[in-house]
Amino acid sequence: MKPAPFEYFRPTSVEEAVALLAEHEDAKPLAGGQSLVPMLNFRLARPAALVDLGGIDELAGIRVDDGALVVGAMTRQWDLEHSPEALPLLREALAHVGHTATRCRGTVGGSLVHADPTAELPVCALALGAELVTSRRRIPAEEFFLSVFTTALDPDELLVEIRFPTPVGPTAFLEHSHRHGDFAVVCVARSGERIAVGGVGPTPVLWDGGAIDPVGDLFAPAGYKRDVARALLEQAAAA
Amino acid sequence: MTRWVGQSIPRREDLPLLTGRGQFVDDVPIANPLHVAFARSPWAHAEIRSIDLSAALAAPGVAVALSGAELPDLTDPFAAGITHRLAYYAMAVDRARYAGEPVAAVAAESRYQAEDAAELVIADYEPLEAVVTVEDALDPAKPSLHDQVGSNVVVDRTLRYGDPDGAFARADLVVTETLRWERYSSTPIETYGVVADYEPASGLLTMWANFMGPMTLLPVLARSLRMPEEKLRVIVPKDIGGSFGIKSSLFPYMSVVGLLAMRAGRPVKWIEDRAEHLIGSSHQPDRVGTRELALTNDGEIIGLRAHVVDNLGAYVRAPEPATTYRPLGNYVGPYRVRDVELHLVDVVSNKVPTGPNRGYGCQQVYLETERTLDEAAQQLHLDPAEIRRRNLIPADAFPYETPTGGVYDSGDYPRVLELALETARYTELRAMQAGARDEGRLVGIGIGLAVDPSISNMGYITVALPPEVRQAPGYNPKSGAADWAQVRVSSSGKVVVTMGTAPQGQGHETAVAQVVADELGLTPDDVATIDAFDSHTSVWSVSSGSYSSRFAGIAAGAVRKASGVVKSQILEIGASLLEASADDLELVDGQVRVKGSPDRSVSLRRIAGVAHWDPHGLPEGMDAGIQASEVFHMPSSAPPTDDDRINSSHAYGFVAEVVAVEVDPVTWRVTILEYASANDAGTIINPKLVEGQTYGSALHGLGGALLEEFRWDEDGQFLTGTFADYRCLTAAEAPRIATAHVETPSPFTPVGAKGCGESSSETAPAAVANAVADALRPLGLKPSHLPLTPARLWELARS
Repeated sequence: MKPAPFEYFRPTSVEEAVALLAEHEDAKPLAGGQSLVPMLNFRLARPAALVDLGGIDELAGIRVDDGALVVGAMTRQWDLEHSPEALPLLREALAHVGHTATRCRGTVGGSLVHADPTAELPVCALALGAELVTSRRRIPAEEFFLSVFTTALDPDELLVEIRFPTPVGPTAFLEHSHRHGDFAVVCVARSGERIAVGGVGPTPVLWDGGAIDPVGDLFAPAGYKRDVARALLEQAAAA
Repeated sequence: MTRWVGQSIPRREDLPLLTGRGQFVDDVPIANPLHVAFARSPWAHAEIRSIDLSAALAAPGVAVALSGAELPDLTDPFAAGITHRLAYYAMAVDRARYAGEPVAAVAAESRYQAEDAAELVIADYEPLEAVVTVEDALDPAKPSLHDQVGSNVVVDRTLRYGDPDGAFARADLVVTETLRWERYSSTPIETYGVVADYEPASGLLTMWANFMGPMTLLPVLARSLRMPEEKLRVIVPKDIGGSFGIKSSLFPYMSVVGLLAMRAGRPVKWIEDRAEHLIGSSHQPDRVGTRELALTNDGEIIGLRAHVVDNLGAYVRAPEPATTYRPLGNYVGPYRVRDVELHLVDVVSNKVPTGPNRGYGCQQVYLETERTLDEAAQQLHLDPAEIRRRNLIPADAFPYETPTGGVYDSGDYPRVLELALETARYTELRAMQAGARDEGRLVGIGIGLAVDPSISNMGYITVALPPEVRQAPGYNPKSGAADWAQVRVSSSGKVVVTMGTAPQGQGHETAVAQVVADELGLTPDDVATIDAFDSHTSVWSVSSGSYSSRFAGIAAGAVRKASGVVKSQILEIGASLLEASADDLELVDGQVRVKGSPDRSVSLRRIAGVAHWDPHGLPEGMDAGIQASEVFHMPSSAPPTDDDRINSSHAYGFVAEVVAVEVDPVTWRVTILEYASANDAGTIINPKLVEGQTYGSALHGLGGALLEEFRWDEDGQFLTGTFADYRCLTAAEAPRIATAHVETPSPFTPVGAKGCGESSSETAPAAVANAVADALRPLGLKPSHLPLTPARLWELARS
């Protein structure tokens, strides 16, 4: 499992990174590498160039700004999980993201941009009504996740930071996975009146209180997911 | 004086392993090797019309390449122990028979370049209908994988012992259960690896490979390469990162890497990656097994029938069909039943060929028997522990000959079962279960018993051949189990033990040091151990290697025998120096001394000094130095009889386990609440090693029973190509195991030890399957398809 050949760049500013992405067709940004590098190794992804964001200091960091928790896209998941400012909902969710070792490299922004349908951070972003700030605009979470592994970002657009508003009302995070650290079968995040569910469709969705109609996969038939999702949603609603 | 056998001394192997200084095949120092990548068939079943290596050969960094089409000119097919001659070559020749089957190999300056070049191999495939499941393989309407066979059934034998028809006719109750078990593996941390170097002047092909034996496969490999055995030198690196049977099946890849080295005129190296390992190394067969038990109303088993179909994959790769035959001697397990009928079928299909996997055939047999026995208990209103008590071979019956020819050396099954029940607090568990059921919780308790065979008799595989084949003139029978060890005393009085067991992490050196320390009155620190298999310099035969848990019985047995000879040499020299009779002497704390007069002594160092520095001063008739090279051969090692009876193993341990589970009615996850294991492996050399084997083998068994599954779609496309999809139990899912031990020493092995490396892998699936069945009984559900994944239990609940 060795990747196909690629060019490698390590810019030191957002502007430089965006310029590289615009200049090289079929370039991909590299954040923590925990999703992208395995895909490179399997040769499932063959970008002509990698733009390593690890040298852009301004992209990492956590601060509170005007009632919102603002997290730089390159902030390592472990750093957010263990930061004093972290929202309890995010802290609980992050404990389910991969394993401790992968959270030391994986980034908050990287998980959101990778947009795995079962991922925890996108579900939290949706429940919290987060705002995704890119190199050129601000996108609400409801408009960010378009499909499996697909977001609203343009190829030469970088996610810079994420603004998580302070929740109003109770929060809860619930997940069912087959083993510790596995991708979720179903996960649910609640922030006040908003409950988001992941693993039941191509993107996380806000629950309207109605029936769930998931698609099954290799390990979880559709009906199984439906039963588990319903149980987790009822539990979250009662929290 | 301290006795070392029986103590949990720390392993001498661990410090290098834990500090990253293990010497694995990837660490073998070799100058400037080429690196290998394989082009593999994307189709499960396809004719290969043509294969073109020209673009691959022209790629940057590529030195040589080899296609499967060339192999019939260079090699002969691998032999296997069945009547049909399947043309099994190391790579696909004109037909690909499993997705992932190598069709070509490329050697380049780096693995990156080799993979780039492998993508440029152009093969023209014409897909054929795939044969995937056991049912597909039995279906005469499906294509046959091997034209010369005409169907996909490659072995079909019915073995009868006693009067099974009579037993079933007079039974009060006949209980039948069919179990289906999908493929899994032991997935060792270290994958396959081979480094090959060819010296044209001498014609010597040297290979370093993490190959575990049985060494029967070395002549198989040499013959296929059309080389005399002495021109093939196989060196096993000091450390192997686990094998559990899986690295027995490495030898076809060794053939390809060797051929590339011969073609390239440079060393060639292949380290398998995990994706390759999952799709193309070795699996335990998928299987459908039906067990019928004939019982009296008192729960006594008077007849046993089995109908088994084992799916061996695309080719029969030696030592298969051993999966089906390895348990033959112990097929009845710990039960007294004498009338037995076994209908054993082996099929081929479009999946990677199978091979040994920890437990190797026993876990399947015991799953089938133990599940059926539990259902019988239900129907007879007997507690599952009680029905087993009523059938156990009694403690005074050993050595016990089973109806199928096994000779159980020693055991006390009733005592071990009681110990397991006590350790599990069985009565309290049942009370807890009753309370849980009142709350609507799905709690179940299951028992699994296994007679755990070790030290295989190489003849058992030949039962796959019908007796008329074995009786034909010119047929050469197979039998035997032996191992070698050398013990010597160096000129400075230190003891050095040399073996070639090809260990894969079991701690052989530590155990051997304990055995020798006891024999020679030393401490383990005084005993240096070298466990290094080199087919050029080791003393070995075809049964050598570490498989079928043979080390403690036979390898440690050879060491004990050799150290016994060394001891008598030491005493003879000491007698001469002390002017005493050897019978009056003892070896204590590095001294030879007169019993009762400890001041009359001479050190081992002094004795070694005479033997090495002044051999003229030795007693008349003694040779210089102090050393012994001994073979220990199991005496009860005959080939099968004409009526298919064979002592398939030489030492038989016993494992009794009790497992309590809870099944979540929404997620259908099985959580283990309690796990108790009582084990009799004869004399225990090092309890810590045994504990490790219990935990490891239990985890493997639980994985195969609950979650681990290789999957293919109906076209034979492989669906579980990463560890995200092939799901091993991790440390987070591992239960705490309450262990207990009984030691009934084997009268047949020098140390009295039996193997324990497989043990709980044979009982865990039976025990946990019984527990899950017990948990689901109030719902009227009976699980019979393993692994018992949440999805499968959910489907069962819906049906």
